[in-house]
Amino acid sequence: MDAAGGGNAPSAAGAGSGQTTLLDIENVSLSFGGVKAITDISFDIRAGEVRAIIGPNGAGKTSMLNVINGFYHPQEGAITWKGQRRSRMRPHEAAASGIARTFQNVALFKGMSTLDNVMSGRSLKMHRGLFWQMVHVGPARREEIAHRRRVEEIIDFLEIAHIRKKPVGKLSYGLQKRVELGRAMAMEPELLLLDEPMAGMNLEEKEDMSRFILDLAREFGTTIALIEHDMGVVMDLADRVVVLDYGKKIADGTPTEVQSNQDVIDAYLGVAR
Amino acid sequence: MQTLPSLPHYLLRNAEVRGGQVAMRHKELGIWREWSWRQMLDEIETFSLGLLALGLAPGDRVAIVGANRPRLYWTFAAVQAALGVPVPVYADSVADEMVYVLEHAGVRFAICQDQEQVDKVLSVREQLPALETLVYDEPRGLADENVAEVLDFAHVQALGRQARERDPNLPVVWRDGIDTLKGPDLCVMMYTSGTTGRPKGVMLSHDNLIVTCLNANAFDGLGPDEQTIAYLPLAWVGDHLFSYGQALTAGYCVCCPESLDTVTMDRREIAPTYFFAPPRVFETLLTTITVTMEDASPAKRAMFDHFIALAKRHGEAILNGESVPLLARLHYRLGELFVYGPLKNRLGLSKARVAYTAGEAIGPDIFRFYRSLGINLKQLYGQTEASVYITAQPDGEIDADTVGTPSTDVELRIAESGEVLYRSPGVFMGYYRNEEATASTKTAEGWVHTGDAGFIDDRGHLRIIDRAKDVGKLADDSLFPPKYIENKLKFFSAIKEVVAFGDGRSYVAAFVNIDLTAVSNWAERNDIVYGSYQELAAHPEVYAMVRGHVEQVNADLAAEPRVAGARIHRFLILHKELDADDGELTRTQKVRRAFISERYEALIDALYSDDPERFVSTEVTFEDGRRGRIEATVRIETVPLEPLADAAAAEPLREAS
Repeated sequence: MDAAGGGNAPSAAGAGSGQTTLLDIENVSLSFGGVKAITDISFDIRAGEVRAIIGPNGAGKTSMLNVINGFYHPQEGAITWKGQRRSRMRPHEAAASGIARTFQNVALFKGMSTLDNVMSGRSLKMHRGLFWQMVHVGPARREEIAHRRRVEEIIDFLEIAHIRKKPVGKLSYGLQKRVELGRAMAMEPELLLLDEPMAGMNLEEKEDMSRFILDLAREFGTTIALIEHDMGVVMDLADRVVVLDYGKKIADGTPTEVQSNQDVIDAYLGVAR
Repeated sequence: MQTLPSLPHYLLRNAEVRGGQVAMRHKELGIWREWSWRQMLDEIETFSLGLLALGLAPGDRVAIVGANRPRLYWTFAAVQAALGVPVPVYADSVADEMVYVLEHAGVRFAICQDQEQVDKVLSVREQLPALETLVYDEPRGLADENVAEVLDFAHVQALGRQARERDPNLPVVWRDGIDTLKGPDLCVMMYTSGTTGRPKGVMLSHDNLIVTCLNANAFDGLGPDEQTIAYLPLAWVGDHLFSYGQALTAGYCVCCPESLDTVTMDRREIAPTYFFAPPRVFETLLTTITVTMEDASPAKRAMFDHFIALAKRHGEAILNGESVPLLARLHYRLGELFVYGPLKNRLGLSKARVAYTAGEAIGPDIFRFYRSLGINLKQLYGQTEASVYITAQPDGEIDADTVGTPSTDVELRIAESGEVLYRSPGVFMGYYRNEEATASTKTAEGWVHTGDAGFIDDRGHLRIIDRAKDVGKLADDSLFPPKYIENKLKFFSAIKEVVAFGDGRSYVAAFVNIDLTAVSNWAERNDIVYGSYQELAAHPEVYAMVRGHVEQVNADLAAEPRVAGARIHRFLILHKELDADDGELTRTQKVRRAFISERYEALIDALYSDDPERFVSTEVTFEDGRRGRIEATVRIETVPLEPLADAAAAEPLREAS
């Protein structure tokens, strides 16, 4: 590839965006009782890209993620995942089919170590049953060693070796977010949903996290969909951006296109209605 | 044993004599990987052949940029075996600092650890016309960058392997090349960190290093069974000896940690038998111990305090082999079981036969603390220009205030000005492309000016007072040794760094940097709320605590007639941490006095006025190289000085004036 020096990487990753559509969302609507959270939204996520979903508070971003990973079931519309139209799907089925996510508020096992938390992300990949894992001989043991190796690679990737054995409850918020990303990575997902991966982080932590997300897309080829408030981060990271406002899609395109879109500017700055 | 002409010769000898023995370890993905001497030789040979295939010519300089990783250590030997000259560079220096060294040395190759270092070098590439090829160790983020001039370390090794397959005679040619190396040949160029001015490239020959290393190994009886952990900067001469020169000449095993953040844990797993650390590391460790113990249960704390007090009374005597009452000896044994043993295990020093500290004066109390635990911590005094060793403390002749007797083959002399001079087989060849500096440092007879003021005591031990140019006089002509005062304050765990002023002034005043680890812990326990370092540093309670420490130091100083005039009258707590990125510390974390005086001129003014506070705005450099400003109103405290009541103490002062 023609990465021209140490400049911004997204352009290099974006080269893959001409490829197949991984997830296609068509005219999806979701409502809770009378409240319409999402109205007639369509967009797609292509394999290998970093796709950002942005919008003001209450725009329906998290609801959209929840629809994608099967936590909410839209009343209307269709979702096509890897070329197959998806029926009602449960979160664990989504996980098994290759969709992993992190949460807006860190959801880790606080009393467990970093290593164990990341390891827990492997549980879907474990083939031996509970009994064999407890006995811990032969194939089960070999399997665990293989998993541990994978987990160690992730720990190395995320540079969290120094907190490997520390209970995550004692870690800083920024590090906890990183561990959570590690756990999601451990599932080796095809599509990784990140719900505000940089919320509450300081500048340095944000920069670290951005680097991890970019490297993740580039080196592991993971497709990433992320919700983020920090505009600078989105513009640097994303290949394409979809903008929601009041549950409706108001723009979709490259960061530059979106940035100059009048509707987007209005939604963010607010206009007299 | 016969002395060999070059360091690569020692590599070949080790592969022959103890080929199967572990030469190097590296923790990777949570597991310690090992290389035997034979395997290591193969890694080095293939890389060396690869470099030759890329066109490395005799005398070419090769920069090494990165942390302590096996491949970077191998690079030293690989380059030397290919008749090139390795030039290690401080990995944490910013691009501007790095470019000076790379340009000055005229490097043709740069072997970098990772993307960060590669990007840094590439960013200043236009200024480095001689630079042709970059090689990286960790491919992460660089996978799609495998262009002609940025290569993977493994790729270069593959080139070497291919060349060897094509020409089976190549290893013989390679060894013949090594045989052309002679003792007086240039072995390595180490750039001094430069407390003053631009870094200078110290040229050391194979003889310089080999003789010094053999002497040092003999001095402490280091053999092939030692284990050390390599964690200090590669570009620092100390690490070059401990982790490379001495390891090759003695044939011992060097362990590379997983990352710099995991050193403490990794050290614990390795339990090195030979350990070196600058005083700062021992200070930090002690701070951690103190902080942890303050959080411990009362019973544990009582036990800890009891046995530490006992160690203070008898520990050092036991270590020095002096006579100690039997009961105390048994009591100490009990302490070893309950406190000292577990503590040493925590520190990763349970197997340490010899531990050294150097680089700066260590607080006597810190020094004694470790010795009282039964750790044979010693001091040495050295310089890059001397291939480290000038003096070292022999076992049993340990004193916190001295740096020991001259090392083997070293001659010592004190100039009339009080400056320490030495002459030894380790004395450097000269500064690279800087004859002027060479001439002003090294006399025609081979004596080297250290720039340190000191004297030799009645037992033949050298005592260093301060940098020769730093020792000053107050306006009333009483002695002002800044470092002496600073070190006294730095012993308090809450205080990380101190800069004392007083030369030509009427009283001594000081900048204090608080230690965030210790003070934040203290703040937490005392329900002190703060939002940032700056806020914590300005907190009245923190001021009160530091003031207490200053008063205590003043009481100490008052008791010593020679320095009683140098008590601290006014001090302030700096609103930011002194940082190498801002040029306030050297890369080896030494305070750059002149620079700080200039940068904080307004604050120094305030120290010598009656102002209770002063507003400052300071430019800072963030980790990513961007700049910003920190603004603060810094409070200044006055510590009233009691007139020296003791007539005896006051007497010499008057005499002096």
